[in-house]
Amino acid sequence: MSNELLIKNGRVIDPANGIDKECDVLIVDGSIAEIGKIEKPAQTVIDAAGKLVTPGLIDIHVHFREPGDEEEETIASGSVAAVAAGFTSVVCMPNTNPPIENETDVEYVHRKARQTRKTHVYTMGAITKGLKGVELAEMGFMAEAGAVGFTDDGNGVQDPSVMLRALKYATMFDVVIAQHCQDNSFAGNGVMNSGYYSTILGLPGADTLAEEAMLWRDIQLVKKIRPGRIRYHAQHISTAGSVELMRTAKKDSLPITCEVTPHHLLLTEQHCAEYDTNYKVNPPLRTAKDIEALKEAIAEGLIDALVTDHAPHLQSEKELEFLTAPFGIASLECALALFVKALIEPGVLNWPKLIELMTAKPSRIIGVDKGTLSKGKQGDVTIIDPNAEYVIDVNKFRSKSRNCPYHGWTVKGKVEKTVVGGEIRYSADN
Amino acid sequence: MALIRKAKQSPWQHKHLLGLRDLKAEEITYILDTAKGFEQISTRSVKKAPPLRGKVVCNLFFEDSTRTRNSFTLAANRLSADVIEFTERASSVSKGETLLDTARNLEAMGIDIVVIRHNAGGAPKFLSRNINACVVNAGDGFCEHPTQGLLDVYTIRKFRGSLEGLKIAIVGDIAHSRVARSCMWAMTKLGAEVIFVGPPTLMPAQVDRLPVSVSYSLDEVIEKVDVINMLRIQFERLGGNPFPSVREYSHYFGLTVERMKKAKPNILVMHPGPINRGLEMESEVADGSNSVILEQVKNGLAVRMAVLFLVNQATAMRR
Repeated sequence: MSNELLIKNGRVIDPANGIDKECDVLIVDGSIAEIGKIEKPAQTVIDAAGKLVTPGLIDIHVHFREPGDEEEETIASGSVAAVAAGFTSVVCMPNTNPPIENETDVEYVHRKARQTRKTHVYTMGAITKGLKGVELAEMGFMAEAGAVGFTDDGNGVQDPSVMLRALKYATMFDVVIAQHCQDNSFAGNGVMNSGYYSTILGLPGADTLAEEAMLWRDIQLVKKIRPGRIRYHAQHISTAGSVELMRTAKKDSLPITCEVTPHHLLLTEQHCAEYDTNYKVNPPLRTAKDIEALKEAIAEGLIDALVTDHAPHLQSEKELEFLTAPFGIASLECALALFVKALIEPGVLNWPKLIELMTAKPSRIIGVDKGTLSKGKQGDVTIIDPNAEYVIDVNKFRSKSRNCPYHGWTVKGKVEKTVVGGEIRYSADN
Repeated sequence: MALIRKAKQSPWQHKHLLGLRDLKAEEITYILDTAKGFEQISTRSVKKAPPLRGKVVCNLFFEDSTRTRNSFTLAANRLSADVIEFTERASSVSKGETLLDTARNLEAMGIDIVVIRHNAGGAPKFLSRNINACVVNAGDGFCEHPTQGLLDVYTIRKFRGSLEGLKIAIVGDIAHSRVARSCMWAMTKLGAEVIFVGPPTLMPAQVDRLPVSVSYSLDEVIEKVDVINMLRIQFERLGGNPFPSVREYSHYFGLTVERMKKAKPNILVMHPGPINRGLEMESEVADGSNSVILEQVKNGLAVRMAVLFLVNQATAMRR
């Protein structure tokens, strides 16, 4: 007997197929079977009247800290948090301890995810061994094991010749090479954006050039390799200068994509003024001008994905001097509402555009066949109440960490149900 | 008693002295006035007054210091406080006690005032959020060194009566100088015009947004200013190679006898110490008739007594 889940009366938004209408979605045996007015009975029926029914959300930039820092987050705790936030797929970054740098490591992540059975968990592998930026890691074996891309996230690959080699080598495998753009000679020991606030707070600043110089360099490297089969992805871009570089790269039709986090759309360097380490993040919080540029870029379609860069840390690690505390913001569980605040409320995007940047587009970046409600696709669906208001309370997070500067914010846009492979894996009412 | 009565009407309400940036001009002036009252204690044969009797002051120093630390110790002693010394290497994420734990330990020991020096900007503020004791910043990273700023304006006021309308050059490694920042806040709040002088590589980010003007030429500035505050080149904080050589730095930014010839005859020459003789300043200038460097040290004591007295007073009033 087949297993049926019918989601009725919702506003179905499926950007990849240009669908935005009130109708029903039927999932049979874990796959999308039909979209439209569906009158037949089903074993499980969800009434989604007044709700948005979208492809399962995808976050291609999270840190689940496993292996190595399980006290901060595990694949299990992160996955539980992810489905509660509407994410049916996430991509873990490889800067764990030890890093994800061979096929065994990749398989380990997949095994942990299977055991949890919450969200689909993908991982990127390291570009270089030990994330040291010197020798290439075994990209081929990792790709075969299912790694969806490569990055030394947390570090940028400093040596241009190593980066060129990585990009060239990767053309064999049709994978994305993602870069945390940060030229360390400009970033120095900076702990926040370099500018007025770093000056008056007496903290070492990282210049925006650190990001832009590396992005510019990588664009030149990508040009060098073409027409090789390469995809380059700039992670968490944060400056007006990076937007300008992306604009040119896209105009030149280069195979280059980029992503933006909620904190770079909602917070500025000024938030560091009280030395609250929950605002210490890398790339650092920039200025209102940079936020403006990023929003403009999003409206223009220059940005390809919205991601959290969910970076959980223990309270004891964050309860340090600003200079010594680790970088990172844990925002997975309030991500959707943050993007609503940053982009929908001020009218930068409408719902279909927002959903596209959280489903179909990121899915394309990592080359995974997800992010749509096309017939036959895996039944990953997120049901959202777009008008539900709530107050972000870190103490209710399912994530192991609480390093979230949005605690106490009133936000709008709540995940009601998360369906993964036709199974309801999260429901707000229980 | 007179002092205590005065404090009760005072505009000083702060339990901590974390920096000068957030202080009002009246508050700064009030500290200076209070310091004036304390200055004479050091000239008596019995160099002690009772206001902090029974109080414990902790010198919590995560960075090397001789004069600031001794000055605070002496200031606390003269006010009859008990002083304990707590020397630590700055904590790191991986090893050693965290600043928070240190704070909790001090709290458990019943410390009344913590004087903290730390390599991280904002460490005193962090401490003040996590401790009931008063916190006095004795230098945090390159953020602030408020008692140095105060003693500098105190010294200038002593010689010139007021800072209103004075032109003051602060010369050297502005980027890494907490002294420059505290001086800038105090001096500009009290009506002086501040000029930062040094190579562009030693200017902080977005210096144009600070209430100062900037010059890369000491020769152009020297003839205009009433006060020149020479910063120490802090070799331990310099990253990379901000100037080609000490020789070249001295050539452009050293206060030499030759350069002094262009200065106003009554220019005040200041330095927060310790001096790199022959680098920032030639010995003849450091020891010359315009130098008030030792006066600064002397005034530092009175200013620190005032600060310890006032923060304690503010706490007492809250109770």
